[in-house]
Amino acid sequence: MAIFLTKESKVIVQGMTGSEGQKHTRRMLASGTNVVGGVNPRKAGTTVDFDGAEIPVFGSVKEAVEKTGADVTVIFVPEKFTKDAVIEAIDAEIGLAVVITEGVAVHDTAKFWAYAGAKGNKTRIIGPNCPGLITPGQSNAGIIPADITKPGRIGLVSKSGTLTYQMMYELRDIGFSSCVGIGGDPIIGTTHIDALAAFEADPDTDLIVMIGEIGGDAEERAADFIKANVTKPVVGYVAGFTAPEGKTMGHAGAIVSGSSGTAQAKKEALEAAGVKVGKTPTETAGLAREILLG
Amino acid sequence: MDLFEYQARDLFAKHGVPVLAGEVIDTPEAAREATERLGGRSVVKAQVKVGGRGKAGGVKLAATPDEAVARATDILGMDIKGHTVHKVMIAETAPEIAEEYYVSYLLDRTNRTFLAMASVAGGMDIEEVAATTPEKLARIPVDANDGVTAAKAREIVEAARFPAEVAEQVAEILVTLWKTFVAEDALLVEVNPLAKVADGRVIALDGKVSLDANAEFRQPEHEALEDKASANPLEAAAKAKGLNYVKLDGEVGIIGNGAGLVMSTLDVVAYAGEKHSGVKPANFLDIGGGASAEVMANGLEIILGDPDVRSVFVNVFGGITACDAVANGIVQALELLEGKGEAVTKPLVVRLDGNNAELGRQILADRNHPLVERVDTMDGAADKAAELAAK
Repeated sequence: MAIFLTKESKVIVQGMTGSEGQKHTRRMLASGTNVVGGVNPRKAGTTVDFDGAEIPVFGSVKEAVEKTGADVTVIFVPEKFTKDAVIEAIDAEIGLAVVITEGVAVHDTAKFWAYAGAKGNKTRIIGPNCPGLITPGQSNAGIIPADITKPGRIGLVSKSGTLTYQMMYELRDIGFSSCVGIGGDPIIGTTHIDALAAFEADPDTDLIVMIGEIGGDAEERAADFIKANVTKPVVGYVAGFTAPEGKTMGHAGAIVSGSSGTAQAKKEALEAAGVKVGKTPTETAGLAREILLG
Repeated sequence: MDLFEYQARDLFAKHGVPVLAGEVIDTPEAAREATERLGGRSVVKAQVKVGGRGKAGGVKLAATPDEAVARATDILGMDIKGHTVHKVMIAETAPEIAEEYYVSYLLDRTNRTFLAMASVAGGMDIEEVAATTPEKLARIPVDANDGVTAAKAREIVEAARFPAEVAEQVAEILVTLWKTFVAEDALLVEVNPLAKVADGRVIALDGKVSLDANAEFRQPEHEALEDKASANPLEAAAKAKGLNYVKLDGEVGIIGNGAGLVMSTLDVVAYAGEKHSGVKPANFLDIGGGASAEVMANGLEIILGDPDVRSVFVNVFGGITACDAVANGIVQALELLEGKGEAVTKPLVVRLDGNNAELGRQILADRNHPLVERVDTMDGAADKAAELAAK
């Protein structure tokens, strides 16, 4: 078991024929992902060679799903076309759409998110502007490096890509069930709460590490959720204590406005819910290690 | 990106939201002609991106063109909550105001949708209205795909209990304001006050607009709205090089890959600084996942050009890009800078971890640059960088 992604997952790549799409499809294949196709209407019917593996290109997500039984799509298309690509995935009713593209306009994300809701939320969306997710040793959907950790029993959910990698590496001796990078945009599909609920239900996860950052109130709401619903130990980290008000720190969503969205408020909310919060990534990894190994 | 009032006014006018005439000027003398064009009377309004300018004396009535020059002289250069006034708007004087309302559209992050807010208790700080009399502020979710139709606008008008005699006008304004919100890729459009004036018209007298920087790819005109005059010169130089840089007020220069890791680096340096005379991070700089030599060199150049910086902490986690490539990038960046005749005179603390960390560290060891020091943990490297900055 794991969450959202297993070795049974059949993955397609929207934007596989572009340079980023090709580079990361090669990496996904190398880490054992069952990539069954790509989508590009202008190159439908051709194949792309990835070190001997011939991956077919389909004209649409719908066609790819019909012909391969794909249940996951990873989206690398440029920001201008991202909204349409996600809507195409939703229309094909694929189970999971992982939106890697960064720089997606908020109005576009709002539109595809509203569209997913109107269509009954048959497609789980992760991202946009996220590194994707990995179930080590099984499958890797996105751009997370596969060789910095190993399979294990920690579940990880994070707004930040590199902090995800940092934590995977810090705890590589223990290993992870799944690691989910949900992205740092103002509107994202899968939230901390969605991942926490999935890890709570996953028999292969013993402890959850949750990484947040300034902006919005997702961490505070996750804290409420943990208090009410999560029985497994949760260790947290929040980035951005020194971020000044009104300045966006890299991620479009990482901005403190007035009293809302501060790292301090998030830390306090998590601690009030019984979450142990580390001061640095290394200290956070240490807290997880202490709980699991004593 | 937050806009000035006059820029918001221009966008409102462009999309059909009723506003008063006005123009922006940056010298007192220009207030005379501008006021003459408005018929000899005007309101002189400081253009600053902060609330409370009226109370601070930044909005004055001028009954004659001479008075407008005098008021503009007073207001230009004024400091309002740390913001220097570089421009004033010379606006048409409003007919007598009968009532003041509030309307806005904004992104509701919590519910992942857009929100309309409206109130008949406008004119004052809406956060105070929300806190003290929340029943006077209607909040209506707006579906991003459906938008604000005439029917939706009527729903908002009813929810906020606008008086019957202005209901139709306000509903029309709500539709045009939504057009502004969508067409400009805004994260916020706010009209406060939306005034009913003596002759019965409803007019947007003041407004705020915040635009989505991610939408630049389809909003080429937005670049011209940037406030280049008050931008920090280092931030402007970084932006010109496509770097994601924010100037802060400390002494330890920071370069890292990934927004979250860099934010975390700032925190770790600030903690370490507590033990080293309170030194703090000097900037936020995310060079992204790739961390190529050229980008690294550009980043180093900006940071070394900051006179406040006394030491630099390069914090890279090799994920997609392995550490040997990053180490080569750092070495080449130093060579690039030295080749350009820029002496690297500030100590660099480098922490490399992740993929091929050993190889990367070896490359730095072999290069043996006298100012580059390797520390292999993030917390240890932060401590070292803070210590060097405190010296």
